[in-house]
Amino acid sequence: MTERTLVQAVNAAMARAMAEDPAVLVVGEDVGTDGGVFRATEGLLGRFGPQRVIDTPLAEAGIAGLAVGLAAQGFRPVAEIQFTGFIYAALDQVVNHAARLRTRTRGRLTCPLVIRAPTGGGVRAPEHHSESPEAMFAHIPGLRVVVASSPARAFGLLLAAIRDPDPVLFLEPTRLYRAVREEVPDDAPPLPLDRAFVLREGTDATLVAWGGMVPEALAAAEALEKEDVSCEVIDLATLKPLDEETILASVARTGRLVVVQEAPLTAGFGAEVAARVAERGLMSLRAPVRRVTGWDTVMPLLRLEQRYIPSAARIAAAVRDAMAFA
Amino acid sequence: METVVARFEIRHRRHLGPDGVPAGDLPAFARDPAELVALYRGMVRTRAFDQKAVALQRTGRLGTYASSLGQEAVAVGLAAAMRPDDVFVPAFREHGAQLWRGVTMRELLLYWGGDERGSNFAGPRQDFPVNVPVGSQAPHAAGVALAMRLHGEDRAVVCAFGDGATSKGDVAEALVFAGVWSLPVVFVVNNNQWAISVPRRAQTAAETLAQKAIAAGIPGMQVDGNDVIAVRDAVAEALARARSGGGATVVEAVTYRLGDHTTADDARRYRDDAEVSPHWREEPLPRLRTYLTSLGAWTKAQEDALLAQCRAEVDQAEADYLATPPQDLASIFDHTFAVLPAELARQKAEATGDEP
Repeated sequence: MTERTLVQAVNAAMARAMAEDPAVLVVGEDVGTDGGVFRATEGLLGRFGPQRVIDTPLAEAGIAGLAVGLAAQGFRPVAEIQFTGFIYAALDQVVNHAARLRTRTRGRLTCPLVIRAPTGGGVRAPEHHSESPEAMFAHIPGLRVVVASSPARAFGLLLAAIRDPDPVLFLEPTRLYRAVREEVPDDAPPLPLDRAFVLREGTDATLVAWGGMVPEALAAAEALEKEDVSCEVIDLATLKPLDEETILASVARTGRLVVVQEAPLTAGFGAEVAARVAERGLMSLRAPVRRVTGWDTVMPLLRLEQRYIPSAARIAAAVRDAMAFA
Repeated sequence: METVVARFEIRHRRHLGPDGVPAGDLPAFARDPAELVALYRGMVRTRAFDQKAVALQRTGRLGTYASSLGQEAVAVGLAAAMRPDDVFVPAFREHGAQLWRGVTMRELLLYWGGDERGSNFAGPRQDFPVNVPVGSQAPHAAGVALAMRLHGEDRAVVCAFGDGATSKGDVAEALVFAGVWSLPVVFVVNNNQWAISVPRRAQTAAETLAQKAIAAGIPGMQVDGNDVIAVRDAVAEALARARSGGGATVVEAVTYRLGDHTTADDARRYRDDAEVSPHWREEPLPRLRTYLTSLGAWTKAQEDALLAQCRAEVDQAEADYLATPPQDLASIFDHTFAVLPAELARQKAEATGDEP
């Protein structure tokens, strides 16, 4: 038995990838001696040495750009952005370079890199540490966007992300880092980066969620079961490329769709899911699509964050609304 | 009580002034007229390419183009200092360096004419393509240099950017990385005095751009960027230091943008002839030609032959470029990822549905 938390699974996936492939490097702020502020890289410096686990100066654009240069030379850098609010400084490098070097050079230079970053709220963190920026990244052509939601899936998805020949943004919900333990063997296989996972089958409503909202959706489904409402719960896991077929097949069975995201409502990734179902699954729907999301406000500081983050109760209420409609 | 804890100075290097007369002893390579003739040829070839590219744009056969008129010595000098297996990370006004390193004129015309295949260089496979978001290429140079260091190679990187780029955070971050890890990289500031309409004096209050190196703990120096001998000499010296583990250098090459920023720009909106014309007396080609002539190493006949040769080469490149059919629309999908995701395959089918 190898039970691991999500952050331990992330650590184990990097250790496995580094052991298997000398081209894999870990770079970022405090990733070496300190083992990362969330301890995601703990022990890697001791095991793989300072040539492969590299503490960088405090410069997020520089870290992302450095990773582009390393990747173009054949390394597979796994770059850690320390806190979610610091990732915007790296956005230019991701949009203008990492995600398009392959296409710009017609495949001559490529960017097999992973940018890991924490995401979401709920751990009483300081300002700028709790946002959910996934939709901004999902809009970028040439980039894969993955959000972890359980130790086992985090392991398999991160392993796949590191092996992938193209850039991947890998988001890790801080709230889930130590929320549960799960069996995650060292030799667990990589998971596909273009599939959603059906975590619970149901017949009355489809709940689509990712990251920190997955446990909330599962809790809502649990509660609704007692009311004889059967919910299917899908963890998107990889937002881009989106596994539209799994969503459409589910909605075809249930006829109701509730999309859950921690991020603000407007232009969130939930809008993309809703639009896909409207385009290709409208005739399956028996009720309007509902979105349960954060608000179009700045993420509040810690005293109000629990009232911002969508709860199982809000999700269950949205499902009840959909059930009441038809 | 106060004490001095650090002192700095920035030196300026020039070997050949505008009058074509050497100032003191020339570096070893420059004592071989054949080497100087090669540099001269590189600059004339670059200027011929620039003229052709601008003409093609003016007649609607090329996209927006950034001429390097007057700055040929920076590009040719830095490229001549490099080894073929080094990596060049350019901005967008170093055509002379790209050509020297084996990027073809047809490839450059394809790129500036709107065809991504122009950046799939057949020659220098590891060189980076032209970089448009100003200064954002500097961290790539640090990454490539770190890769070389980790591989234990004696290769090095040369990264070029303009005076405006020195105001960007990317450049500051790259210098910090290169300094703290003693990376094998030379940052060449192609200081043409103008960032579109903003003159050098309005870009920064710093006396030199070379001194941006000081805060990162790496050496910085200034060279006469219109003296190709000085550029090559300074970059070669910096590369030798980089290869031997001595770390990074900033070389500020002071030159002048004699033309518009790009073909989409009209520099008369922000600078007049009185500002520009004195710089024509300092541009890089005549000074080296004068010196070569004084050595008896260059004749009118050789000059005419070189011009004819360059004309023929750019004409051939133009013909090859214009004869290259555009890519299929499918290509925009095929190069987005290594393997086309199912979702993108659907979009590709929709987009290309009406193609044969």
